[in-house]
Amino acid sequence: MLITCPYCGPRDVIEFTYQGDGNRQRPQPSSQDLDAWNAYVYDRLNPAGDHNEIWQHSGGCRAHLRVVRNTLTHEISSSGFARGDHKAAARHKSEAKS
Amino acid sequence: MAEYSAFSLLKNAFTGNKDWKPAWRKPDPKASYDVIVIGGGGHGLSTAYYLAKEHGITNVAVLEKGWLGSGNVGRNTTAVRSNYLLPSNTRFYEHSMKMWENLSHDLNYNVMFSQRGCLNLAHTPAQFDDYARRGNAMRHLGVDAELMTVAEIKRLVPALDVSGSARFPILGGLMQPRAGSARHDAVAWGYARGADRRGVDIIENCEVTGFLRDGDRITGVSTTRGEIRAKKVALAVAGSTGRVMQLAGIDKMPIESHVLQAFVTESLKPIIDTILTFGMGHFYISQSDKGGLVYGGDLDGYNSYAQRGSLPIVDEVMSEMLALFPGLARVRMLRSWGGVCDMTMDGSPIITTGPLPGMYLNCGWCYGGFKATPASGWCFAWTIAKDEPHDFNAPFTLDRFYRGLVIDDKGQGATPRLH
Repeated sequence: MLITCPYCGPRDVIEFTYQGDGNRQRPQPSSQDLDAWNAYVYDRLNPAGDHNEIWQHSGGCRAHLRVVRNTLTHEISSSGFARGDHKAAARHKSEAKS
Repeated sequence: MAEYSAFSLLKNAFTGNKDWKPAWRKPDPKASYDVIVIGGGGHGLSTAYYLAKEHGITNVAVLEKGWLGSGNVGRNTTAVRSNYLLPSNTRFYEHSMKMWENLSHDLNYNVMFSQRGCLNLAHTPAQFDDYARRGNAMRHLGVDAELMTVAEIKRLVPALDVSGSARFPILGGLMQPRAGSARHDAVAWGYARGADRRGVDIIENCEVTGFLRDGDRITGVSTTRGEIRAKKVALAVAGSTGRVMQLAGIDKMPIESHVLQAFVTESLKPIIDTILTFGMGHFYISQSDKGGLVYGGDLDGYNSYAQRGSLPIVDEVMSEMLALFPGLARVRMLRSWGGVCDMTMDGSPIITTGPLPGMYLNCGWCYGGFKATPASGWCFAWTIAKDEPHDFNAPFTLDRFYRGLVIDDKGQGATPRLH
């Protein structure tokens, strides 16, 4: 399986570390909402088909990637930096405030 | 129905093997049942068997999407052991071990259970201490466990590289002498025949495509062979748990599906007469009665519903085998295959009522489901019949994750690929 890293190009899967379900929402560190923490730590989307997941290029540039991969065929339909999401989320949040 | 004896074997040998009877019927599904068990693997079949045998519930259907035993019950490496650290696991798996010891008699079907022992190899002093701790925990609960020295290990498995110059020198090991292996197909067939004889309908090529509901309550299933109603619907679908729960509208579970590969070599003369596990990686090996070495290692490491694996793990497993047995370098690998494992967040299973009314859930076997087959079915049948868990499976709830009651034998945390 090859995963395309935006910095390094297509690389073998052995260079990457799997970090699982990319749909989980980490609560704010100060959050005392136990249900939200439980969901973040233990609940996973586990679809048979396209799966939105996080990989780290730990044997390369160490960037965290967001990858959409089919769990039935192992075909990868998209990959990009995961940090883009954080920027988008932060932007969304500041827009919501203003 | 099929009966086997020395006489029938001889008779059929002389008549061209034309007169064997099928071991179970091929019934059409009825409109309704008391209990539907989804999944015709080891756990589903043993559940149906114990529902009929222990609780007198015989109006039961087992629905299997493929052919009987086409899933993980025919894909595992057949190890049976109860060498766990935590009491709730040890008690459950030891109950299973005791059932294994009498299973061939109970089913009147030879499952070829062979108690050849399971030896965990230690490669560091800390690991040896850890094994001593686990061995003591096991003995404390009445399970057999013995520490072995290198000299004893050398006598037991002469082919093993026990020299100080091995890649990871062996310092000792923890042996469970009563552990062993069984013929996995025979387990599926024996339970199927036993359940069928007690009136259970085993319906193959019948895939569940949805659930029938009355409000929240599950009242049956729709399948590729029509709608079937039932008072109780029980899931024993292992690697497909995520998919089937999605049909019931539950998207998120404390489970990830991962693929695990297994391998078998060409037949060799007897060389390993126990089950061995490597301590410096994830590797286990035994020898089948046919002579093939049966072995496996780690999960591929990412979510997968494909029943096949990828090459990096093949490479890793082979290197681990050669680290232990350099003499096997020229042995040819015959086959490899993959099975889908339902990995939970703490590495322990789930046998419980719910999560929806009318539904019963048996899942989360990670890669250790085969050894649990008798006890899993026995406990699940109890839970279905009485609407409450037996003491043995009471800790294996679905909500333990949210109540701080996880059963994490390895102390690994909520990273399923590492359990």
